[in-house]
Amino acid sequence: MTASDIAAIFQGAIVTVTLSLIGILIGLPIGLGLALIRWANVPIVAGIVTLYVSMLRATPLVTLLLLLFFALPNIGVPINPISAAIVALVMNTSAFNSEVWRSALMNFPKDQYEAAQSVGMRAGQRFRRIVFPQILRTSLPALVNEMSLLIKVTPVLAVVGVVDITRAAVRIGAETYEPLPPFLVAVAIYAPIVFGLVSLQRWIERRQVAAEAAA
Amino acid sequence: MIRDFGIVWTERGLLLNGLANTAILSLVSVVGALLLGFVLTPALMSKKPAVSRAARAFVDGMRCIPFLLFAYIVYYGFPSIGINLDNWGAGLLALTIYNAAYMAEILRGAWTAQPREPIEAGVAFGFSNVALFRRIVLPPLLLAAGPVIGNQMIQIIKDTAFLTIIALPELTHAASSIQARHYVPFAAFITAVLLYWGLCLVIEAGVSSIDRLAAARR
Repeated sequence: MTASDIAAIFQGAIVTVTLSLIGILIGLPIGLGLALIRWANVPIVAGIVTLYVSMLRATPLVTLLLLLFFALPNIGVPINPISAAIVALVMNTSAFNSEVWRSALMNFPKDQYEAAQSVGMRAGQRFRRIVFPQILRTSLPALVNEMSLLIKVTPVLAVVGVVDITRAAVRIGAETYEPLPPFLVAVAIYAPIVFGLVSLQRWIERRQVAAEAAA
Repeated sequence: MIRDFGIVWTERGLLLNGLANTAILSLVSVVGALLLGFVLTPALMSKKPAVSRAARAFVDGMRCIPFLLFAYIVYYGFPSIGINLDNWGAGLLALTIYNAAYMAEILRGAWTAQPREPIEAGVAFGFSNVALFRRIVLPPLLLAAGPVIGNQMIQIIKDTAFLTIIALPELTHAASSIQARHYVPFAAFITAVLLYWGLCLVIEAGVSSIDRLAAARR
């Protein structure tokens, strides 16, 4: 394995990290939206969202990705590997995020909401000033956990031809007949990223426990 | 569209075979991972720092590596260090070892949350070590860890889909071959998605019945 091979894997890492970030940034608000639809019990739509979330949470990312990549062109929607990857990641992570948001919403103290109503706040204000800051805090550790899970499923994107860390490593392994070294380089890139997120999650949890103990 | 699903129906043998393989892979690796987890958990909590540090390094290491990468290493990388496995062996080994780390962490969490008193009472009643573990420690531990183990089982079912890349004939692989043979991507993959969903709903039903059992015991 030469220096340029290692550089190729790092180039793949840029693709992996960029796609993950896009997935996280789009997935977070969509997850919140889905959770709000179920929380507000919007007729019919809430039922559809419940089914959609339950199904997506049970679908492996590979299967979802292959479905999007092969079926969308079939019904006349052209799609390239990168956009299929982004749509699959967003669909997957938003379903899991919506469960996190929803459990925070379910545990939100009702009396605070009623107090906000009684001082005459409108629905938008109630959400923005009272509900959102608090559910964001309670959801944060689980959301960070979901981010580390998202990064751990990104090697799947190589299946439809996205040149990420994994695909670069597979290609170099096939060229040099030495598959182990490029895979170990790939692990050396993935592990610190995931470990960083896991540590961040633990740090947030510890800080919240300490803040509660102090209060 | 209806015609496409008709084509999938004519290939139902292939799909059901894939579903059966997914179920077998999941079941064997769940049992294997739980057994290995039971060995790892005491090691994680060992008073000997060398043992507990080694177990911690393994568990944290596995939790930081993507499963697909680990499966690639076992299938393509292990032959360079002299371990040759076919796709079934590599798939099962990767699934079991990888998830054993998660199971060990789940069991450790449930274990530390258990109250000490029943165990001390068991010791006072003269239970031997094995009987103490089997009759006093294990039942509440499994009931407490049940829902989290159930979640991990769903994770394992979804992990088996990754093994399609090492040509294991599981459900996603079956759907891929049907789509390649007849060019009916939507029908083939949606059917696979629905079958995965069904499997996960079965697990969820099992978990909630364990929950009811645990609530009845309380």
